[in-house]
Amino acid sequence: MSEAAATQSTKPPLLYLDGVTVSFDGFKALNGLSFVVERGEVRSVIGPNGAGKTTMMDVVTGKTRPDSGQVFFDGGVDLTRLDETAIANLGIGRKFQKPTVFENLTVFENLELAQKCPRGALSTLFARLTGEQRDAIVETLRVIGLSGREATLAGALSHGQKQWLEIGMLLVQDQRLLLLDEPVAGMTDHETELTAELILKLAGERTLVVVEHDMEFVRSLGARVTVLHEGAVLADGTVEHVQSQPAVIDVYLGR
Amino acid sequence: MTAAPKFLFDRRGWAFYLGTAAVLCVAVPLLNFLPGPSSVLRIPDYLIPLFGKYACYALLALSLDLIWGYAGILSLGQGAFFALGGYAMGMYLMRQIGTRGVYANPILPDFMVFLNWKELPWYWWGFDHFSFAVLMVLLVPGILAFVFGWFAFRSRITGVYFSIITQALTYALLLAFFRNNMGFGGNNGLTDFKDVLGFDIQAPATRRALYIASLVALGAGYLVCRAIVASKLGRVLLALRDAEARVRFLGYSTAHAKLFVFTVSAILAGIAGALYVPQVGIINPSEFSPANSIEVAIWVAVGGRGTLVGALVGAIAVNLLKTWLTGSFAETWLFVLGALFILVTLVFPRGLVGSLQQLSFRRRPLAAGAARESMQ
Repeated sequence: MSEAAATQSTKPPLLYLDGVTVSFDGFKALNGLSFVVERGEVRSVIGPNGAGKTTMMDVVTGKTRPDSGQVFFDGGVDLTRLDETAIANLGIGRKFQKPTVFENLTVFENLELAQKCPRGALSTLFARLTGEQRDAIVETLRVIGLSGREATLAGALSHGQKQWLEIGMLLVQDQRLLLLDEPVAGMTDHETELTAELILKLAGERTLVVVEHDMEFVRSLGARVTVLHEGAVLADGTVEHVQSQPAVIDVYLGR
Repeated sequence: MTAAPKFLFDRRGWAFYLGTAAVLCVAVPLLNFLPGPSSVLRIPDYLIPLFGKYACYALLALSLDLIWGYAGILSLGQGAFFALGGYAMGMYLMRQIGTRGVYANPILPDFMVFLNWKELPWYWWGFDHFSFAVLMVLLVPGILAFVFGWFAFRSRITGVYFSIITQALTYALLLAFFRNNMGFGGNNGLTDFKDVLGFDIQAPATRRALYIASLVALGAGYLVCRAIVASKLGRVLLALRDAEARVRFLGYSTAHAKLFVFTVSAILAGIAGALYVPQVGIINPSEFSPANSIEVAIWVAVGGRGTLVGALVGAIAVNLLKTWLTGSFAETWLFVLGALFILVTLVFPRGLVGSLQQLSFRRRPLAAGAARESMQ
């Protein structure tokens, strides 16, 4: 037990951003951003609009290449050298701020495409859904409350349902690091509660980074909070700790 | 646009497919020679290569619908792959002429003798063998599409930019094939074919065989496309058509998926061109003209994108109209074609088949809802 704990502690952090800078036309969206996410952790990232939360996710998932700095995943790999596809295949999944599901495909097909399995053009051409995979999708449908809707075109779902479908897509994708950009935006209080429960259930076996505006939700996660401001870390710690920081109150909570 | 089909065909689909195949492949050729020459049932000889030509056009349209309707890749250079397949077949047919040419040179085609060439250029080697020519019909369009697509899709060239560079591709080939010293007959192209596989190319029986071969290629091509769009890859394509970036974040290489269908599509277009050439008796650089490729896009738009059947319907309907108009009111054809395109874009964006499907979709949920209510 202690030995296992020892090897655990010597393992490098799952995600390590080192001095990442991104500028758009002179505006520094990220300004030497550095922080570490440990394995199995749930991390909330908050900050006012334009603090660089979404840009940070863009850099980690390969959508945006930083001007300088590095992002290490699982100790060795520098994500800034890889494209979106390669990064996704390393085990990083992302849920977007605006729910982006495939509207012309059914709910079931959306989950089928997200499900973890070989991604090559030829392997998808000859892919057959196994009973096990079907069961996993059916189970996910239950978890996200869309049982019975599997044949519905995803475009016909409500906003909240699309959010859930996208979370379901992350679940079947079975990734090690999940980046959630405002997962509860547009959800009812009840749905928000369920989402928090789901996230906490996932913690441990997976690592989650949650960007959220809803402070109530962040508090309910009870996770470590990183406050971004002007592209850099302003404060870091428990919800209570960061809320008591004068600098944080000044730029964010006080408004 | 419709969602991806789940299976190749259901029972009714197979019945319809095989029934149509039987009528077109068996009944039409029989009607061409069984009834007496004066019988009303007899299909006249001149219609057989015309039908065969339509089948080739339908296959060409199908190849475009596979990439445009399902993967959002609007290639406006589809005619280039068609023409390359046609040239590969034309080169074989030229070598078959042998000493029956005007200059009776056993090796060199007439145009090379005329240009005072002394020996066959290396890229004509092997075309005296039918099997080699068939291989080239598949490989030349396939490899060109693969290399072209590799660079285009890796550089993430999409949408209208992709359409424009495919137009440039076919235009560049047009200019190249016009040049006499390219060794493809220049302006006149390849023509005066005598026979194919030893059979007289003008004989009614050969024409019937070519017509049936075109239909078989069309039928097989349809099944290939149908299998692709019904597979998981087909759903990846539909997904990337609508939200390509999202598909990348799921870990799929959208460039590879597009490259695969683009190459398959080019090969299908090449086969269509190869079957077209012996039936019309000529291949020349005008087949590369950018307007030809645009016309293919109009066929698909008229029939209905993303339906496969629509491509066949559109190709045949527009070409029937073209055959009739260019025969009776030749000067109106281009105006009609233009008007057709505007009309389809504005009024029937789903095309003929797409609009019909939409009507039946609207009716079906109502019926299903009523059934559910009566059950409760």
